[in-house]
Amino acid sequence: MKQKLSSMLWADVKHRLVMTGKQMKREKISYLFVAPFCVLFILFYLVPVITSICLSFTYYNVLETPRFVGWQNYINLFFADDVFPTAVKNTFLFAVVTGPIGYFAALLIAWMINEIKNRFLRAFMTLVFYAPTISGQAYFIWKFIFSSDSYGMANGWLMKLGITYSPILWFEDAKYIQPILIVVVLWMSMGTGFLSFIAGLQNVDRSLYEAGYMDGIKNRFQELWYITLPSMKPQLMFGAVMTITSSFAIHDQLAALAGFPSVDYAAHTVVSHLVDYGTIRFEMGYASAIATLLFMVMILCNKLVQKILRKVGN
Amino acid sequence: MAKKKRKGVKPSHSRTGNFFNMFLLVAMGLFMVVPLVLSVSNSLKPLEELFVFPPRLFVRNPTLKNFHDVFVLMSESWVPFSRYIFNTVLITLVGTVGHLIIASLCAYALAKRKFPGRNLIFGTVVTALMFSGQVTAIPNYLIMSRIGWLDSYLALIVPAIAKPMGLFLMKQFMEQLPDSLLEAARIDGSGEFGTFMRIAMPQVKPAWLTLIIFSFQDLWNMQGGNFIYSENLKTLPYALSQIAAGGISRAGATAAVTVIMMVVPITIFIISQSSIVETMASSGIKE
Repeated sequence: MKQKLSSMLWADVKHRLVMTGKQMKREKISYLFVAPFCVLFILFYLVPVITSICLSFTYYNVLETPRFVGWQNYINLFFADDVFPTAVKNTFLFAVVTGPIGYFAALLIAWMINEIKNRFLRAFMTLVFYAPTISGQAYFIWKFIFSSDSYGMANGWLMKLGITYSPILWFEDAKYIQPILIVVVLWMSMGTGFLSFIAGLQNVDRSLYEAGYMDGIKNRFQELWYITLPSMKPQLMFGAVMTITSSFAIHDQLAALAGFPSVDYAAHTVVSHLVDYGTIRFEMGYASAIATLLFMVMILCNKLVQKILRKVGN
Repeated sequence: MAKKKRKGVKPSHSRTGNFFNMFLLVAMGLFMVVPLVLSVSNSLKPLEELFVFPPRLFVRNPTLKNFHDVFVLMSESWVPFSRYIFNTVLITLVGTVGHLIIASLCAYALAKRKFPGRNLIFGTVVTALMFSGQVTAIPNYLIMSRIGWLDSYLALIVPAIAKPMGLFLMKQFMEQLPDSLLEAARIDGSGEFGTFMRIAMPQVKPAWLTLIIFSFQDLWNMQGGNFIYSENLKTLPYALSQIAAGGISRAGATAAVTVIMMVVPITIFIISQSSIVETMASSGIKE
């Protein structure tokens, strides 16, 4: 009986394999279409992730061949590295503060823009909010706004108004660095997700609103909660992915403004730590351990938030 | 007096609400725009205006001297400033065109053909949206050095061609193409590649522009980092960071380069905004 069952199962698997093989042969052209992208994607995205995981268990300084060290890199990272806890703390500070605020601000602003009736005004406002994100390294201007002399905007006006008498050393003082950088990161947080929200809002089925008015929706907040948000769930999902990924990846703006390494490591994130070990000290094994952890946290956070978002409106 | 029903006004929208909405938007908009206005204004300020107390937001006597300085300043270094511009333009153009072609080919097959493995490919690409480039930077460096692409344009261009974001957006947009349209072309004897080029691609022009602007942004702002060490292959953002590192004495020149850097993407965005919004409508991640 058991044998018969397993042989039936085997026949089924065999049949399916043959069918799939036939289908694959018929769809040869499809594989030709996807091949160029897939080859590059595997080479520069998949292979690196796997390499990074493997290297994280080795000592590798680029010159010698990698030497297997087991969990040593991870142990050092958690128990022997004085800077790593600071980096983790800062990353979570930036991610937890700027991530959710940025996400909800993007949603709120996209919604407010969508409430404008004039089409050109709407397009103009979209540009205004999206411009800091696409302006490349326009964040350098914050270095001038918060420059340490009396010619910087912030110091100049604080002194003019008599609030301080000598210029504040903004980027040299750990207690100012983080709040300023949070402002800068928020300034740049209207990213891809924001555009997705704008588009999602414009494409909500008009008839849903008409039906809503019949059912007694009175103000724009009810309209947002009962009609608009539930019908743009896929965009909310996409925006969340974009926000989470970019808030854990914060480093470039911070390094450009606060210096690298920054005073008291106040602007040192996990990515900064990774850059430090990977491109300055050339301890590739150790850097790979950091990269692997970062990878895990990004994926886990994304999965978690997606699970939560799925529940919205249900 | 009976209230006259205003035409085209949603019953859920009061006038006061509309006013507050606009008021708040303008207030927040100012926070976004003032730093950019200051960049432009600084780039036009003569030296004496950059160092006045109290600092001014707007320029009084605009001059192009800062822009002139950038070219003079950099002409004394090993590499003329125009070389950095050339490098960045070249990388951006080749990378963007390559990305558009290769991602569209793949997106077409994923969206419109049923073949074993398509869900696996798309699922992997969606997962790749969830981690950033820093995760793969070190192994990429090792791979580049193994295949001998370090210190060449290829190291910057080729990985950008296979960016998962572009494929994701293009595939989602192509799903909307009616199958009957493609079927009609096939019945008329058009090969699959012909159908793709003549029927599918012209229909998804809004998605092209979206892919172009995202890819453009990435490549235009590419510093090159450790992948490039020859000065004559380095990029414009790298030159900008070098000038900015000169500190306060270079405030004018830094502002000038910042403006050069931001004008191009903003212009492209203005031109393509409506197409981008159309594409992003299909960007959602479905369950």
